[in-house]
Order: sequence, then C-alpha cells, then structure tokens
Amino acid sequence: MSILAVLEQRGGAWNRMSFETLAAAQQIAGELNTTASAAVLGQGIDALANELAGKQLEKAYAVEHDLLKDYTPDAYTSALRQLIAHARPDIVLFPHTYQVRDFLPKLATSLGKVAVSDVISHRADAGALVLVRQLFQGKVNADVRFAGEGPNFASLQAGAWRADQLAAGSAPVEKFAPQLSPGDIRTKPLDLFRESQRAVDLGAAEIIVSVGRGIKEADNIPLVETLAKALGAELAASRPICDAGWLPMERQVGSSGQTVAPKLYMAVGISGAIQHLVGMKGSRVVVAINKDANAPIFEVADYGIVGDLFQIVPELTAEIEKRKRS
Amino acid sequence: MKIIVSIKQVPARDSQLRIAPTGKWIEDSDLAYEINEPDAYALEAGLQLKEKNGGEVVALCAGPARAAQTIREALAKGADRAIHVEEDIGALDPLSAARLLAAAARTESPDLVLTGLQSDDLGYGQTGVIMAELLGLPHATIIMEVEANDGGIRVKRELEDGWFQHVEMPLPALLTIQSGISKLRYATLMGIKKAKSKEIRRLSASDLKVESSPASIVLERLHLPERTKRTQLFEGSPKEAAAQLVEKLQFEARVI
Repeated sequence: MSILAVLEQRGGAWNRMSFETLAAAQQIAGELNTTASAAVLGQGIDALANELAGKQLEKAYAVEHDLLKDYTPDAYTSALRQLIAHARPDIVLFPHTYQVRDFLPKLATSLGKVAVSDVISHRADAGALVLVRQLFQGKVNADVRFAGEGPNFASLQAGAWRADQLAAGSAPVEKFAPQLSPGDIRTKPLDLFRESQRAVDLGAAEIIVSVGRGIKEADNIPLVETLAKALGAELAASRPICDAGWLPMERQVGSSGQTVAPKLYMAVGISGAIQHLVGMKGSRVVVAINKDANAPIFEVADYGIVGDLFQIVPELTAEIEKRKRS
Repeated sequence: MKIIVSIKQVPARDSQLRIAPTGKWIEDSDLAYEINEPDAYALEAGLQLKEKNGGEVVALCAGPARAAQTIREALAKGADRAIHVEEDIGALDPLSAARLLAAAARTESPDLVLTGLQSDDLGYGQTGVIMAELLGLPHATIIMEVEANDGGIRVKRELEDGWFQHVEMPLPALLTIQSGISKLRYATLMGIKKAKSKEIRRLSASDLKVESSPASIVLERLHLPERTKRTQLFEGSPKEAAAQLVEKLQFEARVI
C-alpha cells in the first residue's frame, strides 16, 4: 500500500490546493500505515521539486518533458500512466481543480478504473480507506470505497484538508522523463487570458451580502442591495445570478468567481451548492436566510432564519437602520 | 455537423430527499424529475451550433421509462431525433453509465458530442470525459463558446479565478458545456406538436452489447451531512427573527 499525491502547477507557481492534497496524502498514509510520495508535472520544475524535497515524503517525482509545459489532457494522461506504471502507487490523490476534472476521468478510464471525484473527507476503516463525497448538490453524503486492487484514484475538494498541517521532512527527488510525442497530442492549447480587469475586489470587503436564485427575478435585486447598503456591505452573488446578467460577473463568489473571507457573510436565497461554498466558507461569521431548512448553506451558517426572504430582508434592513439611528 | 447531446433526467432541484431503507440510494418513487440543468445548456449549445452551421442534433439519454418525458422536451426544443437507452442508471458509477452512452453514440458516428459539465444528482462531473476516452475522441471541458474552423473547432475553456483559454482540436470531438453561457430557449407550441412525430430510437444494454462489469468503486452508504457548525436559528415573525439576528450580530458575534 502506498499513496501518491499528484500536485498542480502552472507556469512554475503552485495551485493553492496542491498542498491541501499533499497534507491529505500524509495524513491518510499515516492512518493506513504506509508512506506518501508526491509528483509534479511540467517543464522547468526544478524549483518546485526542490520545495517538495523539504516535505515528509517517501519520494518527490519531478515529471519533466517539453510537451508538459502547457497542459493538454493527452500529454498529462500519458505521462501519468507511465509514472503510475513506474511508481506503482495503490492510491493516487489529486486536488479537485478544473484541470484535474479535465483529465482524471480519462486517466482512470484508460486503466479501467473510476475516480472518486470531489471528496470532502475520509476515514480509515480496518486498514481500508472510506471516502465521503456529496450527492444531490450537497443534500446527501455518500461513503465510497475502492472495490479492487490499485491504482485507485480520488480528487479532493478545495478547503476540505488543511495545508497548514503539512509535515516537513526530507525526501529524495527522482526525475522521471516520460515518453511523449507531439503526434499523440490532439488538442492545441492557446494563450490564457482574462476578460476584464476586476473593478470590484470582494476579497477586501469586511461585510458581504450575497444573493442567489431565491431572489427569483432581476427586479427584486434592489431589495438585497438596500440591505447591503444599510450594512455598509459589498453586494455579491452566486453564479446563476451573474449568468442571468442580473449582477456583473465580477460580483460572483465561488469556484469560478472570487474567493472571499469577510468577517460577515450574509447569504440571501442561496442554497449553498458546493461551487459557492468553496468561495466563502472561510468567512468568520456566516448568516443564511433561506426558505429550505435543509439547504446546504445552513451547514456552514452560524446564524440562520428559515423563511421567506421577501418578508425577512425588509425587516432586517429596517432593524439595522433603526439601530444605526439609536 | 452531426451533434449528439447527452442529457440526463435527475430529481427536480427543490426535491425533499429521503434516504432509502437500504441506505444505498434515495427514496425515488414519489419524486418529480427534470432535465439535469447543465445538460439543458449543452442542448442549447448544440441547437445554436446547428442553427449556425447546419446539420442535425440527436438527443441521447439513458434512464428508465420516465426519462421519455425529458427526451420529449428536448425534441420539443428542437432536437431532430433521440436515442433512449432504457436502463435505470440511478446510482450507477460513471464508467458504467458512460459505457452505455458511448456504445449508443458510436452507432451514430457523430462529429461532435456535447454534454453538461456535471449532473445535479451524482455530481461526479466525469461522464463526458469518460465517453471521450471510450470513443477515442479528443475533448475539452467547461466550455463557454464553440466555433467551427476549417475541419475542426476552436473552443473557449473556463479556468479558475476568472481565467480563460482557447483550445483548438479536430473533429470528431467531445465537449462538456459550462452552465449559464446562454439563455435557455422554451419549447414553442409548434415545437411540442412537431416533437410527437420525431423518431425516438429505444435501445437496451443488450441491444448495445454492453455487459455490466464490476465497478471499481462502491457506493456503500448514503447519509445526511453532519452540520460542521451549530447554526443558531431565529424563529417567530419575520420582524422578530430579524431583530434577534441583528442583536446577535451586534452583541455576540460583534461583526456589525
């Protein structure tokens, strides 16, 4: 039994979820009485590999090739298959990033396996690993086990393991050069770009009032806007609101928008799909106002009101205004 | 361009879910169902591509008899015909489900296969990419735009933190479509009428010669999430609840 954490970098900078996965690999290895190794893929990654050499690991693999400079699912899958055949890990862990979502199902399928994606927690049960993942938009959790021999695969949700629990140590770096040829790569990645400068930095806001599908129509947005104003808060939204064009994209909180950690986050009519929660669960105090008492947002809320936001929000605004005057 | 759009029927978004006594799945006898929302965007993307470039849109759906409702809706919105793989894929692992879908897609030799980026029920977010691997197609995920360009396509992929990337690839290919990229159309009365005469090809796993093989992962037990925090809930009239909340925010949490 051995564990391999495959980390993510772009242009020589770590994806911030990489060290969460590394910490998880160390922790799980400890519980299963085995060792963890780590791998990083790319081109010109010596500095990153040397950083891994300072962690408590069996080995740090630097998987280096010119064709790994820019990510493609074909090159990554091929390189990882070769690494897995060489290192023979039983369990391979990944951060659940957009890039991993793009190639991990392909890698697992090519080996006749199914990856357990977007895992939120784990436990060791008599020497075997039980993984927990969410179903039905977070309304139900499921315990999942691997049924067969390794290699088995899982990707770990952002924020579910803590990078600050990473153990230092020393690990030998092993360079691994996969056989890749340009003819094997069917997609051609072009440059990365951003659409516009962000005018709103939600990351700097002390208080955020955020609105979701429960608001029903664009015409109702001023209701929460007034509440935000009373609190001196920035107005934000979950993805569907920005997709519908009711608020600009730059006000979106979640995996595809901004990650925020204000001292107060008030979620109004937001059910709390995981894509939203990963963007705000670091907030110090979370308030949820939602008609569905079972909405996942209440799992991260410190305070909540179950009820009709159209009745509650105006009362809340009035109460805040009243206290400001007194 | 022959486009297959793979769609799934899932429990309606606001369903109150109960875990079945077996603990392996939910009580699904009395649920309302609807199209998986991300797949509705894949269908919309397929219909728009056909309107722009010509061709045909074939809706592909695996599910029990009730999935016929979702298929009819796709036909009413403008899909030309449909394939219904009549198998209950409820708690099936994504590889087993994708084997059925890929086998059905293979019979059509499509130029492009589209699907939503994940399902609202199991949420593995893998079916599309697994299908691509089984069909031997190049793929890209979380796609915002698709343009045809001499013999291939150029797509806009969404990355994290507001980044995007263009990717070019040859056809045939498979794409998973990001939700919310365009406004979903409604079925027109004419569309609903026309849908009744459109072809729905019904296939079973044995028609497709897909044998079930043991999955490499096992869904062992469903359970309700444990609260990580104890939420203080405020009751009473909206006015009373609001007053209590503000009181706590001011004097207990001290955040306002």
